Amino acid sequence: MLRWGLYLLAIYLLTAFLTPLFIKFGFLPEPQEGLGNPIYSPPSIDHWCGTDRLGRDVCVRTLEGSRVAIIIVLLAVTLAVIIGIPLGILSGYLGGMVDRVIVLFMETLYTIPVLLLSVVIAFLLGRGIFNAAIALCVVYTPQYFRVVRNQTAQAKSELYVEAARVIGAGPFWIMGKYLLRNVVSSVPVLLTLNAADAVLVLGGLGFLGLGLPETIPEWGSDLNLALDAVPVGIWWTALFPGIAMLGLVLAFSFIGEGLEIIVNLNELNESNT
Amino acid sequence: MNRARSLTKYAISRLISLPIMLWLISTLIFVLLRIAPGDPVDAILGNRADQVTREAMRTKLGLDDPLFHQYLNFLNDILHGNLGTALNTQEPVRKIISQSLPASIELALAAILIAGFIGFIIGLTGTAKKESSTDFAGRLYGIVTYAIPPFWAAMLIQLIFAVILGWLPIGGRLPAGTFIYDGSGFLIFDSIKNGDLNLLQQVIRHLILPASTLGLLLSGIFSRSLKINLDKTLNMDYIEAAKSRGISNSRIIFFHALPNALLPVLTIAGLTVASLIGGALLIEITFSWPGIAMLLQEAISQRDYPIVQGIVVVISILVVSIGLFIDLLIAFIDPRVSY
Repeated sequence: MLRWGLYLLAIYLLTAFLTPLFIKFGFLPEPQEGLGNPIYSPPSIDHWCGTDRLGRDVCVRTLEGSRVAIIIVLLAVTLAVIIGIPLGILSGYLGGMVDRVIVLFMETLYTIPVLLLSVVIAFLLGRGIFNAAIALCVVYTPQYFRVVRNQTAQAKSELYVEAARVIGAGPFWIMGKYLLRNVVSSVPVLLTLNAADAVLVLGGLGFLGLGLPETIPEWGSDLNLALDAVPVGIWWTALFPGIAMLGLVLAFSFIGEGLEIIVNLNELNESNT
Repeated sequence: MNRARSLTKYAISRLISLPIMLWLISTLIFVLLRIAPGDPVDAILGNRADQVTREAMRTKLGLDDPLFHQYLNFLNDILHGNLGTALNTQEPVRKIISQSLPASIELALAAILIAGFIGFIIGLTGTAKKESSTDFAGRLYGIVTYAIPPFWAAMLIQLIFAVILGWLPIGGRLPAGTFIYDGSGFLIFDSIKNGDLNLLQQVIRHLILPASTLGLLLSGIFSRSLKINLDKTLNMDYIEAAKSRGISNSRIIFFHALPNALLPVLTIAGLTVASLIGGALLIEITFSWPGIAMLLQEAISQRDYPIVQGIVVVISILVVSIGLFIDLLIAFIDPRVSY
């Protein structure tokens, strides 16, 4: 399962990397240009996936959409990791009042439905690549925080931390050197599963008109445009961006599932020896 | 009687935590709306408005008051169920939300029924047939139903069943211009109450596609959690004991394992309420279902702050309360739960 996911993701990365080059050298049409084309033309030799209501090529837009999707999702998840993990270690290590306040805050964020929270943030921040990434990051930070904080709180009382403290290690040294290494093992699974989820939420934001500026081709907003054409039976504007989204979510999900199996096996082995 | 007492204690402690959670959520929303970069007045009016209009809007929103004062007012309003007035229509937000909430709840309930039914069947077949291929198929079903973008699934289903086959209406809750009874807003309930079979038929015809889409997407979570729990239960000693007494396999699954495996599924069901809302929001929009999501989308495109804020508060209250209710229900029926 891990292998499937990695292959799929490699295809997406390659697409994201090559599409702009192909467009630049004229192998593919510009994703924003459509004035010369017939509008809503079904898939043909000229336009493999047809054209949308502005005559833009659905294929190019779908291919081009993979780049922003990957960039934003990785940016968002990285931000969430960078904020969530240190905060979790700090909160778990310090304990007491600080811990309680941060935990309450994060739990509250965690309770609000994912899409709703990011909709609110995106609504407040407006459209944009970085804004969309922040709207997603807010949603996933509490998840890293939860996991890391609970593990830190457990590991804190272990003998090796005691020992480090006895030989005179300061709190930041302990957190960085001993606790961090101990808690990061659960991060990769969470990270890929969150990336999968983030692709969906980003699509949702775009679908609601809260994603990226109109100049950037994006699956979610393209699907929203396609919605108007569904009642007259125009299927190609809806089908292709959706398949692209599904594929990317599947890629991340497969990797996450695969990693989870490996982590579980490792734990099983460790507890056996 | 010890259990009854500890149960009451647990229930009370959880009930006390409810208002604290709600207070935190509303505080969070207040803070978010204030610390977000950019002036809310800008967000509402756009940056081309003149100074006088901006000042008027500022006073109207109460942004002139000291921050702490604003906060107290905001909390006080929420406590009294006052969610402000919509900027565009000048109607109370509470009224607007309560008009579209029943449609969403009706859709969600129908979807959960369908999800439970499909998830149950798939989860059971995955467990009963132990060959690895059915097992793997069940796993794949769980991943794929999760990975399909909900609004895209909705569009495909519209294309197939409403446009190409023409079996069912493509969207909306009723044909335009249908007479609607003054009632609860739950159309199935209202039409049954008034004995209007024609209306009931229309309502159900419109409900089938959106509810099945949402139900199908959710069924993966149900089937997966049912399967995991059943597998766990089937490995227990009392199942071994039942087997050694020669009880048939299907009997063991249905009468011995299932009752024990179903409760954790209920917990999962509680947890999915939040994701249900996310998926439901997008599916509602695709099917032009006049629920809370359509309202939200409209409010977003018109930059109607009070409505967006009100919807977040109301949905958060719903999610927290449902989660609490399910936790208490499980504690009440399952003696194994420790608290």
